[in-house]
Amino acid sequence: MSSDPAAGNELLPNLFRLEYTRMTAVLYRRFGLKYIEIAEDIVSETFKKASENWTINGIPENPAAWLYKVAKNKAKDCLKHHAVVETHFKETIATEKMEMINDFEFTHQNISDSQLSMIFAVCNPAISSESQICLALQILCGFSVEEIANAFLSKIETIKKRLQRARADLRKDNFQIGILNKNEIALRIDTVLKTLYLLFNEGYFSKTNSRQIRKDLCLEALRLTLLLTENPLTNTPKANALLALMCYQSSRLDARTNDKGETIVYERQNKKLWDVSLIERGNYYLIEACNRDDVSKYHLEAAIAYWHTVPAGKNKWQQILQLYNQLILVEYSPIAALNRTFAFAKVYGHEQAIAEAQKLNLAENNYYHELLGYLFASYSPGKAITHYEKAIQLTKSEAEKQTLQKEIRRLRSKGTTGTGNKK
Amino acid sequence: MKEFALIFRMSKEPDASPTPEQIQERTNWLASIAAQNKLADKGNSLSAANAKIVNGPNAVTDGPYTEIKEFISGYVIIKTETIDEVVELAKTNPIFKIGGRIEIREIVKLYNHNN
Repeated sequence: MSSDPAAGNELLPNLFRLEYTRMTAVLYRRFGLKYIEIAEDIVSETFKKASENWTINGIPENPAAWLYKVAKNKAKDCLKHHAVVETHFKETIATEKMEMINDFEFTHQNISDSQLSMIFAVCNPAISSESQICLALQILCGFSVEEIANAFLSKIETIKKRLQRARADLRKDNFQIGILNKNEIALRIDTVLKTLYLLFNEGYFSKTNSRQIRKDLCLEALRLTLLLTENPLTNTPKANALLALMCYQSSRLDARTNDKGETIVYERQNKKLWDVSLIERGNYYLIEACNRDDVSKYHLEAAIAYWHTVPAGKNKWQQILQLYNQLILVEYSPIAALNRTFAFAKVYGHEQAIAEAQKLNLAENNYYHELLGYLFASYSPGKAITHYEKAIQLTKSEAEKQTLQKEIRRLRSKGTTGTGNKK
Repeated sequence: MKEFALIFRMSKEPDASPTPEQIQERTNWLASIAAQNKLADKGNSLSAANAKIVNGPNAVTDGPYTEIKEFISGYVIIKTETIDEVVELAKTNPIFKIGGRIEIREIVKLYNHNN
């Protein structure tokens, strides 16, 4: 798939990211979960054909429509030739009335319905939640096995095995894609939200250097969450809170990295690059999220993200710290613990925050050392450098390494011009 | 990991409406424990105003402090390896600023007969 001759061209890889999962979702729904691989083969062949055809004949006027048309024809051919699928297909048509008969139309409505159904099909209680997330990343978002392995910081082989097992379980399960009922939704919605949350985070805190890939992942997660809020059955306060969180975070996507892919810390971001319309949408969904007595971690994280869009005022960091305090009581995570300590530093100063941070004792975590480096930087550059160096050892992200090295150089040059600091 | 109950005791009038600063100090303390992943249960505050003591079927009295000079204002459950660790964590609790004390007890897990 990746070694196509048009790889030098930006268009096809981008189209692949956007359209692959849309096309497969529609086909999965038509073929059923038993024949996932057939649907995937059809879409892969479609892209292969595109790369061959477009290098010879040039890029068509509407590339997406071209792809849809080819996929549709291939799917029809496939039904003719695969007796097994045909029999199954006839059976499902017979049992599921006329709902199935809009053929292989890649309309906006059909794509959203198919994707929403697929989200719930993948977030299957019969599969472990880790496997669900892997599967969602692969099937709904078109991640490669390598990207998933990166996201989970585990070996490619492990992920391969996990995916194979999950796919086998999915095949065995009789989940009817396309007809969502209340019970199934209630049973699965929490996993669905968690998966979308992790998917967004994978884009937002991605270790890949490609800014485009990161942005696409965030937007895909946002789009899938938006699907949930557009359907009355899945439009819950939690879903709205998650969507608000994603909107607020996405509003800073362009300000967070420079042209070299280095991360720009919050305080040094160019606020003019923040997307105001996304902040406003975040406000809208946060209000939607608060119409019932439901405080989830998504609500708290959205509220924290809201405060980050507000200019620094007297009680800003006080508010953020209290929200982190609540968040950590709802659900502990090392990252939440570290972020809380950052807010703590803003309210009570670096010295007290260092004691608070050291209690966490997350010695193997790169963010832990980054935070300590940041806290020590102003009055003990030597200690700050030690922590930054440890963080460089522990992080896998090249961009992160460069950012930290820059910080170390800055501290060193300060040290030599300063009051005889040894190093 | 062992679990310990921290029982908060007060002997003076309880501050029925703590100041925002007091609430903040308390949540900061609790969150600091949670941030270390040592909080097993954030517990609850126990009302001193709406309270009864049941001494027996025919002996119900109002509130704890008419009977005893000390009442329990709340509890929290913390998980650590040793009791010494809990003691250190307890020392940083803001209750001492208002004259309270903390009692620490290991939670004894019932023997599981199914094993």
